[in-house]
Amino acid sequence: MEKNIIIAGVGGQGILSIAAVIDWAALDAGLHIRQAEVHGMSQRGGAVQSHLRISDRELFADLISLGTADLILSVEPLESLRYLPWLAPEGHVVTSIDPFVNVEGYPPVERIIKALNSAVQPVLVPAEKLAREAGGARASNMVMLGAAAPFTGIEPERLEAGIEALFGSKGPEIVEINIRAFRKGLTLSNANQTTS
Amino acid sequence: MNSSRLLLLGAEAVAQGAIDAGLSGVYAYPGTPSTEITEYIQRSALARKRAIRSSWSSNEKTAYEAALGMSYAGKRSLVCMKHVGLNVAADAFINSAITGVNGGLVLAVADDPSMHSSQNEQDSRVYGRFAMAPALEPSSQQELYDAMRHAFELSESVKLPVIVRMTTRLSHSRAGIKRRPAVAQNPLHAEYAPERFVLMPHNARRQYQHLLDLQPQLEALSESSFLNRAIEGEGPLGVVALGVVAFGIGYNYVMEARRMHGIDCRVLKIGQYPPPRELVNELFAACKSVLVVEEGYPVYEELFRGYFGSSKISGRMDGALPRAGELTTDLVASALGVTPPETTAVPEIVINRPPELCRACGHRDLFDALNLVMREHAEHHLFSDIGCYTLGALSPFNAIHTCVDMGASITMAKGAADAGLRPAVCVIGDSTFAHSGMTGLLDAVNDRSPVTVIIADNDTTAMTGGQCSSASGSKLERICRGLGVEETHIRVITPLKQHLQENITVLREEIAYDGVSVVIARRECIETAARKKRRAAAKGE
Repeated sequence: MEKNIIIAGVGGQGILSIAAVIDWAALDAGLHIRQAEVHGMSQRGGAVQSHLRISDRELFADLISLGTADLILSVEPLESLRYLPWLAPEGHVVTSIDPFVNVEGYPPVERIIKALNSAVQPVLVPAEKLAREAGGARASNMVMLGAAAPFTGIEPERLEAGIEALFGSKGPEIVEINIRAFRKGLTLSNANQTTS
Repeated sequence: MNSSRLLLLGAEAVAQGAIDAGLSGVYAYPGTPSTEITEYIQRSALARKRAIRSSWSSNEKTAYEAALGMSYAGKRSLVCMKHVGLNVAADAFINSAITGVNGGLVLAVADDPSMHSSQNEQDSRVYGRFAMAPALEPSSQQELYDAMRHAFELSESVKLPVIVRMTTRLSHSRAGIKRRPAVAQNPLHAEYAPERFVLMPHNARRQYQHLLDLQPQLEALSESSFLNRAIEGEGPLGVVALGVVAFGIGYNYVMEARRMHGIDCRVLKIGQYPPPRELVNELFAACKSVLVVEEGYPVYEELFRGYFGSSKISGRMDGALPRAGELTTDLVASALGVTPPETTAVPEIVINRPPELCRACGHRDLFDALNLVMREHAEHHLFSDIGCYTLGALSPFNAIHTCVDMGASITMAKGAADAGLRPAVCVIGDSTFAHSGMTGLLDAVNDRSPVTVIIADNDTTAMTGGQCSSASGSKLERICRGLGVEETHIRVITPLKQHLQENITVLREEIAYDGVSVVIARRECIETAARKKRRAAAKGE
């Protein structure tokens, strides 16, 4: 088993908490992990990404090669397009449809989705809406993780255990909201796969 | 199953490795991608239990000298910085290779090829050669962890400072780390050794000769280092077509490309300098052509080629690999003859998304006021410096016109004023002012240069994530007074929208003043304030 995952977003959106849950679960599963992240200047509202690699054999490179990503998990629609050159021919794109507009000339979301549809068969996630239903917009990240879960190579139960481990210090209520958010994403993604 | 592994960034592996190797103190100034080393030690329960000294230094030079002092006293010390920070600490570093050390002294320096968060991509291995000190360049997070103990032992055995060099990708990438049992700290054992530590010419000459005499021993140590080893190709031993010398993280990309594309080549992994001459000779003798893969400058490629060149060698200097920027598996695969894969193009609608100042940041209000005042002048050059406020160079502010090195805002404004430029105005952050601004301000005062220094005091080192600033708040006024700035020309403003008019007035008055003036624009960083609030709330529960 080997999975190359690019997690994309904008600095400050908290993509690293998604990475942290997958890391935790992969470590728990006894897998090798490399997870490169962006610190420093770009964290200030710039485009950021994390390259996450998990495998049952030794990994060498921290970065994913072009055309070899099994999954692009983007918490922002425009950012999901930025990393298409890394996507493997059979790779998946799971993206939030909630735009983060902090630059001039941001294209209409319909055009972004059209561009995505012409390149891949994306899983489109109304992350903020589902997160609110789960108990809070801040859980959008876990909605996204849930929607991406079927493509990570890690069992959803193990990812949920990761959520518990990482949010545990914030109290049981926060854990519950995030687990609910995760399950909403997962349900949407599973339904999406059976219909397509 | 593998819960014994710790998931650590490369930088954190350096920190944990140092703690477990009997570290007594870390000294550092924050700088991407090195900051997380010291932050990890500051957070570590074990470090606290062991009373490991870890608060931030004013700059890299003071950090290095304090680390040398701790080593003088017999204890193991670590000093951390980004590559350009080593320029600031270079005087101390180079001369500490002449004095030598007592307790193990390790310099962890993080380079930033591709300049993700830096003004250049200088290669710290050149400093290792310059100082003639041993350097380690581990290729994985586990190696970084293991290399720290090795580095301290090496430092104490040859009595020299040892560099541990890493680059952005390794520093900011996580992997599972297996720890080893922690060893005890050294006891205090300072020795009188003026013949080493008083670098008057007669001592310095002898010590320098000693350093030269040590070089063959350093090379011999590299031959047997666990960081250096040959990896055979698939074919029979003996002559093979292709050999690769892979330094540091370059090894990862070579091994990844080799496995992914089934390339048969012999690889010499090098992670300890000076390079192991015998291992290098063996590879060159056995291979018809050799690719040299280095993350950074082609330091050793140039050396291997020699002045008159060698057609046997390829690398960054002949275009097999790009001359600038960080490496990737794709670049190395291409240098090994692999045709790049067909990939999906990025759709045209994807626009750049550069970093920006936070929405409610005080720097925004400062630049709004400054832009209005400066544009009243025909010449409205604004000299600036390194920090979040550097983002004032970008749209919509387009406010600052220079950013060169830590502290250069004040001194460049002074030089421009000396040349006759009016007004001469600069913006510097509180932490950068403490790092390298104070001496420049003293120069301006001594020369009565007509400059206006705006200190953007957000009470933190914000760009690197909100570390403690060495001088902020009322300490800044006291420093400026102490340096000789007239009390009436040290003004404090609050960069908030509702104060725009009065801020404009203050800025206008001080810019008009024909002497040294300081305007402190004081408002706490919103990120730091939010973090404090969260912490207080967590404590209250």
